[in-house]
Amino acid sequence: MEDVLIGRILTGLTLGVHILYATVGVGIPLLIMILEFLGIKKNDYHYLTMARRIAMGYTVTVAVGVVTGTIIGLQLSLIWPQFMQLAGHIIALPLFMETFAFFFEAIFLGIYLYTWDRFKNRWHHWYLTIPVVLGAGISAVFITMVNSFMNSPAGFKIVDGVLQNVDPLKAMFNPSMPERVFHVLVTAYMTAAFIMVTIAAFNLLKSKFDEDREYHKKGLKVMMVIGLIMAGLTVLAGDLSAKYLHNHQPEKLAAMEWHFETESNADLILFGVLDEENQEVKGALRIPSALSILSDWKPSTEVTGLNDIPKDEWPPLVIHYFFDVMVFFGMFGLGASLLYFILKWLKPNLVHSKLMLYIYVLTGPLSFLAIEAGWFTAELGRQPWMVRGYMRVSEAITEASGLGLTLILFGILYFVLVTTTILVLTRMFKDKSAKESQIQYYGTESLDETGGRF
Amino acid sequence: MDFATLGITVLWTFLYGYVVIASIDFGAGFYNFYAKLTNQDNIITPIINRYLNPVWEVTNVFFVFFFVGIVGFFPDTAYYLGTVLLIPASISLIMLAIRGSYYAFNQYSKGTNMVWTFLYGVTGLFIPASLSVALVISEGGFIEETAAGLDLDYVELFFSGYTWSVVFLAVISVLYISSGFLLFYSNRAKAKQAVHLTRTWFLTWTIPMLVISQFVFLELRATNREHFDNATQNYWYFFLCSIVFMAIAVYLVYKKKNYGIAFIMVMLQFAFAFFGYGISKLPYILYPFIKLDAVVNDSMAIALVIVFVLGLLLLIPSLIILMRLFLFDKDYVQGKE
Repeated sequence: MEDVLIGRILTGLTLGVHILYATVGVGIPLLIMILEFLGIKKNDYHYLTMARRIAMGYTVTVAVGVVTGTIIGLQLSLIWPQFMQLAGHIIALPLFMETFAFFFEAIFLGIYLYTWDRFKNRWHHWYLTIPVVLGAGISAVFITMVNSFMNSPAGFKIVDGVLQNVDPLKAMFNPSMPERVFHVLVTAYMTAAFIMVTIAAFNLLKSKFDEDREYHKKGLKVMMVIGLIMAGLTVLAGDLSAKYLHNHQPEKLAAMEWHFETESNADLILFGVLDEENQEVKGALRIPSALSILSDWKPSTEVTGLNDIPKDEWPPLVIHYFFDVMVFFGMFGLGASLLYFILKWLKPNLVHSKLMLYIYVLTGPLSFLAIEAGWFTAELGRQPWMVRGYMRVSEAITEASGLGLTLILFGILYFVLVTTTILVLTRMFKDKSAKESQIQYYGTESLDETGGRF
Repeated sequence: MDFATLGITVLWTFLYGYVVIASIDFGAGFYNFYAKLTNQDNIITPIINRYLNPVWEVTNVFFVFFFVGIVGFFPDTAYYLGTVLLIPASISLIMLAIRGSYYAFNQYSKGTNMVWTFLYGVTGLFIPASLSVALVISEGGFIEETAAGLDLDYVELFFSGYTWSVVFLAVISVLYISSGFLLFYSNRAKAKQAVHLTRTWFLTWTIPMLVISQFVFLELRATNREHFDNATQNYWYFFLCSIVFMAIAVYLVYKKKNYGIAFIMVMLQFAFAFFGYGISKLPYILYPFIKLDAVVNDSMAIALVIVFVLGLLLLIPSLIILMRLFLFDKDYVQGKE
C-alpha cells in the first residue's frame, strides 16, 4: 500500500517536471516558425533576431526535456512493470510511433540550430522549421493517445486473464483521444505564446536596455495574437472534454464538480470547500444548470452523481480545486490578450501602461500553473484505475524494494535541474540586449534601416 | 522470418547503433574533461563541439528507441527487467539526466565551468558501466523469485567476476571507439595536433581492449556455460572476424593512413562481436525467464513492423542529410562554415 503511494508520488513528480519542459518543447517551435516567417517576409531583423534568441534558449529547455522524457519513458517500466507489460500488448504502436516522431524532430532540430548562416536563400532555412514543428506536435499526439487509452481503454478483450482480439488501431483511436489530443496541443501553443508575452512584458518593465523597446513591443504583439487564438481554441477544447466526460467517464466529471446526486438542471460549482461527511459544499459560487448545459447543451440533461458510482471507484474529491485552478488560470491569458486588443483599438496609449504590463507578466506563469493543474485533474481523476476498468494502480506497482530511495534521488535531481535551467536561461539573456544579438548575428549593416527594417 | 526474430534483429541493430554513437559521445565527454585537466583543451574541444552540437540529441533517441521497442515487441521484458532494474536503471537515468542537461548548460551558458565539464566527463564513463549491468543480468543467476515477487540479488551481482569484466569492457570500448572516431574527425578537420593526440589515445587503448575481451569470455564460461558453448562452438567465426577487423584498424592507425577506413574497421569489429554475442544468446532474451517466443500478439507485431518500415523510410534520408551537413561537409568540419 505504501509502495503504491510512493510510486504515484514519484511518477507525478517526474511528469510534473517533464510537462513544464514538454509543453515548451511542443509550443516553442511553432513560435520560432512564425517569427522567422515574419522576419523573412517583412525583411525585419527584429523578428529574425527574436527567432534566433528564442531558439538559443530553447536548446537548453529541449535538453532537459529530452532527459526528463527519457526518465519517464523508462520509469513507467520500472515503477509500473505490470502496466507496461499490458501496455506493450495493446498500445505499443503509439509509443513506438512517438519515438519516430521524436527522432525526426531531433534530427531536424539539430540541423536547424546549426545552419542559420549556411543557406544563401533564407527560405531554405525556414523550411527546416516544418519538420521540427510537425515532429514536436505529432509526438505530443501519439503520447496523448497512450494516456487516453488509460482513460478509455479500447481495442482488446480480456477473457480469463488472457488478452484477446487486440486491435492496435482501435486502441490508438480510443473514445477520449480526439478531445484530449486537441486540448493538449492548443494549450501547449497557448502556454508557449504566453511565456513569451511574459518575457516581453517583463523586459518592457525592467530591462536596462532602452534600445530594445520596439523589439519587445513587436514580440508582445505577435505573441498576443497567437495567445488569443490558442486560448480561444482552449475554451472550445475544454468544453468538448466536459461533454466527453459526461458521456464516457461520469465519475471524473462528478468528482471535479462535487456532484453527488444524479439530477437534471445540475449546478456548476465554482470554488468552495467540501464537508465530505455530509456531502455539503460551503462558500461556493453556484451557476444554476450550467453543469447540465456544459455536459450536453441543455438544462434538462441528467448528470450522473457520485452516489450512483461504487464508492471504491470514486476519484479523490480534491480534484475540484485543481479543476478550478485550471479553468481560472487558463482563462487569465484569454482575458489579458482580449484586453490587450481592446485597448489597442480604443485606448492605444494604455496598451503598454505599467498596470497592463504587470498583468501580461502574469500570463505565462499562470498558464503553466493551469497546465499542471489540468494534468493533476485528469490523472487524479482516473484513480483508482491505472487502466480504467481493467487495472488498478495497486495491481501495477513494482514488487521491487527501494522505491523510497529512488524517490529521494529523483527529487534532488529535479530540484537541481530546474534551478540550473532557470539560472542558465537568465544568465544567457540578462547582459545581452537584443540589439547586441542582432549585430552579432547579422552585422551592423542590419541596423541601418529604421526599426530594423529595410 | 517470424516476427520474434525480426523484432529482435531490429532492436539489436538499434542497440548496436546506440553502442557506437553513444560511445563516441560518452568518450568525447571524458576526453574533453581530460584535455581540460592537461591544458590541451584548445586542441581538441572545438573539434568535439563541432561534431557533438548538432547530433547529441539524436544519440539519445537511439536509446529511447531501443527501450520503447523492446517493451513493444517483448512486453514481458517490461515486467522482469523493469522490476529488477529499479535501482540500477534509476542510477543510470540520473547520470544520463545530469550528463544531457549539463552538456547543454555548459554549451549555451556564458563561459564554461570546470565543475560542469567534470560532471559531463565522468558520467560519460559511469553511464556505460551502469547500463551494461542490464546485459549481465540477462545472463541469468541474479534474479530471485520470492513470495513477494521478483528481486535482484545485489550481493551476487556485485561479487561476480562477469559483472566487472563487462563493466570494464564497456568503459574501455567507449574510450577506444571514441578515440577512433575523433581521430577520423580531427583528420578531416585538418587539425594536426588533434590528430596526434587522438592517435595516441587510440593506440593506448588497444591492448586493454584485447585483454578485457578475453576476460569477458572466461567469466561468461563460469556464469552461463550454455551461452559460452554456443558462442565458441557454433558462432566462433563472428569473434574471429571481429579480431581480424581490429587488427586491420590498429595496423592502419599505426601506419598513419586511412583513418576513415580504420574507423569503419572499428565499427565492423564491434558489429561482429555484438551480433555474435547476441545470436549465441538466443533463444533467451532473459535467461531463463524470457525466450524469444514471448513476442507480442500477432496483430500488434504486424502493426509494429509496418510502422518500423515506414519510419525507416523517413529516418534514413533524414540521417543522411544530417551526416552530409555535419560529418561529410568539408567546410563545416574544418570550421569554415
